[in-house]
Amino acid sequence: MSITVEDRKAENKALIDEVLKAYPEKMAKRRAKHLGTYEEGKPDCGVKSNIKSLPGVMTIRGCAYAGSKGVVWGPIKDMIHISHGPVGCGQYSWAARRNYYIGVTGVDTFVTMQFTSDFQEKDIVFGGDKKLDKIIDEIQDLFPLNKGISIQSECPIGLIGDDIEAVSKKKSKEYEGKTIVPVRCEGFRGVSQSLGHHIANDAIRDWVFDKTDPNKRPDFVSTPYDVAIIGDYNIGGDAWSSRILLEEMGLRVIAQWSGDGTIAELENTPKAKLNVLHCYRSMNYISRHMEEKYGIPWVEYNFFGPSMIEKSLREIASHFDETIQANAEKVIAKYKPMVEAVIAKYKPRLQGKKVMLYVGGLRPRHVIGAYEDLGMEVVGTGYEFAHNDDYQRTTHYIKDGTLIYDDVTGYEFEKFVEKVQPDLVGSGIKEKYVFQKMGVPFRQMHSWDYSGPYHGYDGFAIFARDMDMAISSPIWGLSKSPFKKKAA
Amino acid sequence: MPQNADKVIDHEMLFREPEYQELFKNKKENFEFNHSDVKVQEIRDWTKSREYMEKNFARDSLVVNPAKACQPLGAVYVANGFHKTLSFVHGSQGCVAYYRSHFSRHFKEPTSCVSSSMTEDAAVFGGLNNMIDGLANTYNLYKPDMIAVSTTCMAEVIGDDLDAFIKNSKQKGSVPAEFDVPFAHTPAFVGSHITGYDNALLGILKHFWDGKAGTTEPLTRVPDASINFIGGFDGFVVGNMREIKRIFDLFGADYNIICDPSEVWDTPTDGEFRMYEGGTTKETVEKALNAKATIVFQEYCAEKTIKYLKEKGQEVVVLNCPVGVAGTDRFIQAIADLTGKDVPDQLIKERGRLVDAMADSQAHLHGKRFAMYGDPDQLLGLTEFILELGAEPAHVLATNGTEDWAARVQKLFDASPYGAGCKAYPKRDLWHMRSLMNVEPVDFLIGNTYGKYLERDTGTPLIRMVFPIFDRHHYHRFPTWGYEGALRTLVMFLDEYFETLDANTIIPGKTDYSYDIIR
Repeated sequence: MSITVEDRKAENKALIDEVLKAYPEKMAKRRAKHLGTYEEGKPDCGVKSNIKSLPGVMTIRGCAYAGSKGVVWGPIKDMIHISHGPVGCGQYSWAARRNYYIGVTGVDTFVTMQFTSDFQEKDIVFGGDKKLDKIIDEIQDLFPLNKGISIQSECPIGLIGDDIEAVSKKKSKEYEGKTIVPVRCEGFRGVSQSLGHHIANDAIRDWVFDKTDPNKRPDFVSTPYDVAIIGDYNIGGDAWSSRILLEEMGLRVIAQWSGDGTIAELENTPKAKLNVLHCYRSMNYISRHMEEKYGIPWVEYNFFGPSMIEKSLREIASHFDETIQANAEKVIAKYKPMVEAVIAKYKPRLQGKKVMLYVGGLRPRHVIGAYEDLGMEVVGTGYEFAHNDDYQRTTHYIKDGTLIYDDVTGYEFEKFVEKVQPDLVGSGIKEKYVFQKMGVPFRQMHSWDYSGPYHGYDGFAIFARDMDMAISSPIWGLSKSPFKKKAA
Repeated sequence: MPQNADKVIDHEMLFREPEYQELFKNKKENFEFNHSDVKVQEIRDWTKSREYMEKNFARDSLVVNPAKACQPLGAVYVANGFHKTLSFVHGSQGCVAYYRSHFSRHFKEPTSCVSSSMTEDAAVFGGLNNMIDGLANTYNLYKPDMIAVSTTCMAEVIGDDLDAFIKNSKQKGSVPAEFDVPFAHTPAFVGSHITGYDNALLGILKHFWDGKAGTTEPLTRVPDASINFIGGFDGFVVGNMREIKRIFDLFGADYNIICDPSEVWDTPTDGEFRMYEGGTTKETVEKALNAKATIVFQEYCAEKTIKYLKEKGQEVVVLNCPVGVAGTDRFIQAIADLTGKDVPDQLIKERGRLVDAMADSQAHLHGKRFAMYGDPDQLLGLTEFILELGAEPAHVLATNGTEDWAARVQKLFDASPYGAGCKAYPKRDLWHMRSLMNVEPVDFLIGNTYGKYLERDTGTPLIRMVFPIFDRHHYHRFPTWGYEGALRTLVMFLDEYFETLDANTIIPGKTDYSYDIIR
């Protein structure tokens, strides 16, 4: 028996009212602005976003350091990224995002390593600039093939007033113009990891673009088909399963930002003819900058699920000539039989299943199409660190009556899932086991639960299989104990 | 097109397909502008040389791949060991996201913890308002019996005073006046996760024993016959704590486990999420003041706590994470001495079975060289066990170890012929370990998940015995302590040995003459 949209809206309202009751009154008022139901025809999802989390609740959000080091800078593979400050931040973010790369780790590639200045009390008292200076010397000595260094500030750096910019300039000069980038991504800045993305983008603008000689690599010859992949972190190889489609179309991908990326690719990006942007939230800033300064247009694309891939390939092709457009059709046609076989196999098992999402970046909207290609329905979604423009973009993906929760707290999410009883929850590691204990199938939609890629056609097959294995596992039939207690 | 609906291939095989190999080649040749393969190989070889090792050991500022985490992680661990206690970390919220992820990735369990979500304004004006609102929210939403507060480096740098803040919050009605809010200052730039364990545990004991931050009379110690047990920060806590309790129960001893997170990280999947499960109750904490003695398994996790326990008049027995026969003997003897009871026959039999197993297998491990890293106490225990097996603990490294710790490891080396030439390395990291393993190779490495990079770099098989273990499942469910734990540890060593031997002899017609059925 299916319920009407109006019923669902009423249910959502009752549910939101109920969870708000648990908060002290002042806090309930603040949280109320972040919870709602999408009303068809409205310009956004009707919730406030990008506002401080309440203290003392289990927010799922991270910090600016996580946004800069963990997301934007960390995957650039031939640079060394120093977690500058105490040991913890670097330790916890060590290789946790599965940013795949090819290279010899520790020799010419450094992504899955943890470089830290390991601040001690004396560094807090006397400042860490001298230590940083020395650290850069030691890096040059022990890792001579590194192509650059970034300094990712942890909380104390900004608080004690260290001048990491001055150190960077000085050391860059000492090492013949080496790229050394100070990044002011202290964890207390902003309200979530989102500001870290922005700060990291600005650092690329100021310390890579503005300091790079455009004629540095005379061997690099542009072509009319040059594009750059922006905002793909190559989780489980996502950027590769995307890149292959662009190349099959006849485009030349001159850079990957930042999964499997290199400093040379960043430096050459301003020579691209089009920037293709996957994660809008984390890299729209640098895309807009390149548009303004170098006149490079950018286009958002979505490579989750065949419907969206098809649409995106055509959209990207529309920026090029007829050859590329014809090639796009060829690529779509080439993969069609495989995609149809995947859908034929999995759709009958997944048809009508309800999904609730809660992720970061672009995924709370972009993956919806992939679920729909499999006959599934997303009934609730929300973002960890979206801004209003993300919620505007989300309206293109969701149906009337979808439950929306911005910066959801552990308490709210648990209650929502309990009540809505979805067939699948897609969120992160901190949520995973909570819902599995409740007997609800779960997939980690930050890390693809250690699977992937999920982007592109090759990725869609894995996505479909993974959703099926999560939902159809016989485990969920075993979670309730069959034993009855005898009456006392 | 490599992908296929009939047999969907994962990242593991997908990217080996020719299309992707071509893609990688093209990217590297045309866009990465990187060093030549010859140059990379030259530098790679150089990083494995003695010359490089000397350079590597000469660095004094850069830290690469450290084997330690920061203080608040230890504090969150401690809070999880108390009944219906929610951990509240005062500072920037990103840290808490990291602690929760870190524990969840290791235990494959939910980990609850809240933050006061301090941002720029709190950095300027202090985090008092965050504490006031935060405690109220935590109390109302998650209905704990106790909120255990610790700090991040941010709150410490700006100098927030937890005692005053908590009192202030209570005055503002965030939580009732009598509600228990023990606290500890845990700056991330001092010590490591084991220091945080010590500070947080001391904070809770002091809260209950010394008059709840000046709001009640301090408790008076009335000595009884019970024994306290403090385990320290332990990635195998789920299996270990259960084993420790079983041993105490076999003695019929009256004991108090102080800090027991074994239940909260081992809840069943049965349709219900339990935010709180098990843990030391307040009553037990209060009763524990009266204990005759406290057995502390990990000294370096409890330096301040030990001092405090002694001041209270308790006898403190420090054991340095015993693994193996002699180590467990000392633990069992300590219980026998403290309770005045005979060692149960069951335990004597278990001891004999462990020795039996060691005798059956000793030939395979005798003389094998081990490199190992982890927390200081763990390494003391493991070093002793490895020596007991007639193997050599060649490189023993603790990023959070002190000179004093190294001297104690050296003492163990000196007491055994198998310790000759072995060395302890305090305050060194896994990049130092890489040099050691390249220049002075060993047969096995004991470490955590991050050790897999060393396994790959040096071709040394890794045995995962150290927190965190992200890439293998369920190790934490089995004990490593006690005779039963030592048996499990022995099997881990042996499994890795036999796996390596099989892999090394598996090529048909070439090396498989040693591919034996019976070993």
